[in-house]
Amino acid sequence: MNKTVNQKAWFLVLPVLILVSFSAVIPLMTVINYSVQDTFGQNQFFWSGLIWFEEMLASDRMWDALGRQLMFSGIILAIQVPLGIFVALNMPKSGVWSSVCLVLMSLPLLIPWNVVGTIWQVFGRVDIGLLGYTLDAIGIDYNYTQDKFAAWVTLIVMDVWHWTSLVALLAFAGLKSIPDAYYQAAKIDQASRWKVFRYIELPKMSGVLTIAILLRFMDSFKIYTEPFVVTGGGPGNSTTLLSIDLVKMALGQFDLGPAAAFSIMYFLVILLVSWVFYTVMTNLDKQEG
Amino acid sequence: MADMTVNKASSRPRGLPRINSRLLVMTLYLVFLMLPIYWLLNMSFKTNAEILSTFSLWPRDLTFANYVTILTDPAWYTGYINSIIYVTLNTVISLAVALPAAYAFSRYHFMGDKHLFFWLLTNRMAPPAVFALPFFQLYSSVGLFDTHIAVALAHTLFNVPLAVWILEGFMRGVPKEIDETAYIDGYGFGRFFVKIFMPLIASGIGVAAFFCFMFSWVELLLSRTLTSVDAKPIAATMTRTVGASGVDWGVLAAAGVLTILPGALVIYFVRNFIAKGFALGRV
Repeated sequence: MNKTVNQKAWFLVLPVLILVSFSAVIPLMTVINYSVQDTFGQNQFFWSGLIWFEEMLASDRMWDALGRQLMFSGIILAIQVPLGIFVALNMPKSGVWSSVCLVLMSLPLLIPWNVVGTIWQVFGRVDIGLLGYTLDAIGIDYNYTQDKFAAWVTLIVMDVWHWTSLVALLAFAGLKSIPDAYYQAAKIDQASRWKVFRYIELPKMSGVLTIAILLRFMDSFKIYTEPFVVTGGGPGNSTTLLSIDLVKMALGQFDLGPAAAFSIMYFLVILLVSWVFYTVMTNLDKQEG
Repeated sequence: MADMTVNKASSRPRGLPRINSRLLVMTLYLVFLMLPIYWLLNMSFKTNAEILSTFSLWPRDLTFANYVTILTDPAWYTGYINSIIYVTLNTVISLAVALPAAYAFSRYHFMGDKHLFFWLLTNRMAPPAVFALPFFQLYSSVGLFDTHIAVALAHTLFNVPLAVWILEGFMRGVPKEIDETAYIDGYGFGRFFVKIFMPLIASGIGVAAFFCFMFSWVELLLSRTLTSVDAKPIAATMTRTVGASGVDWGVLAAAGVLTILPGALVIYFVRNFIAKGFALGRV
């Protein structure tokens, strides 16, 4: 659509600007304030420069949390994206069953995040959970509160359970936009199933898949509630992801300076990925229009 | 018609085994999705004694006592009321400010529009953990701590950008000629927007409202940080019960089931827009 230039449109955006400034800019400025100040208590703050940033960059704690976070995001992406595409390819294209699949698949997406945590916390318990009980019955030693590996597996299976449907739904939306003529042409050329996927379906899905990957990366990068409920970051620190560590530091220990410096670096990473996301989206819009 | 015959004819020779493998994949996946939810449902209909003593795939001794506990104990059901109040407030506020903004983004170019759009997006992507402490201090200092409006305002952080993006996607589908015709017919902006434009994007408003409702409903970190007693959400009520002397598994499961219901009820109406909503109005 060709838009007209109209500076008065600013008035329409003003309410959003005021509201989001209140709920985003003021808190962000508070964080920046803390990150460059130190205190001796009694609300006496003084300028401390960049020492908190230096301290955080030199501490193992943040790098360890970042490492765990990258590993977590990497693993769930490696599982969810192929699995999501696979499920989308197998979904019924239309009719009642398509609706049934859509509704059932969306269900995990709408469950409050702490309830997702609770569901898996219970499900994995050896004494009362179906998963834990079954694994125990067939002789697999599984205890997610004691064993690091089991804790990680639980978190990853939980995230796959929770979010794979999102990738599948996006991929499905992409698949549905492919005209039948493409498939007919492939049939005339006697293309194999793999070639249809590789040269017709995958390129047509690439746009939505990029969105799906970026969304999953960003949302998994800020995950907090689900692992907090299931493992609480343990055993030890083995599942302490970035957000869990940050909340521990800021609200648990009240280390405001380091926590603020941590927040800002955390936020910068997200900002960078958001920028990639935005560029991809606007390019997609251009292709459409 | 031609398409259908081609499809039918070509898929028949090797049709049967492929349909079966599709069925198998979907069945396995859906079972994987439903099993944990079923287990929660199963537990919610059992007594604590049964949960802890016997292992059964369905309740042997069906009881509704857990649900009765929740629906009669104010400590439990006020959690739901609190959640519903701030979620509704948030949805109303988000839509009210997002509607005009989305219209501006979909119809006009103005100075800094792209930067503003990007800035909104960054707020949708911002980790709530970064904002937890500053929000706590901000709302404490203006005297809004432990009120519904505080949580509602905090959740606008990610819901307003989401609503703007979704609505803008729907508004772009409405031809501009409609606006121009209405202005020629003598409609002012306000009357045009409410009387003509909003009914045209009614489904978009519905979808945006659903997603605002949902993301505010599922969020826990901010709502827990900003409340203590008066506005404590159901999600926080649940986590605090887990730590208490011996977990009441049956009631916990029943509370979980009740939090899934609102989403499950409306999901049917937005099933075709779910992908669009999660992808911020694109797709």
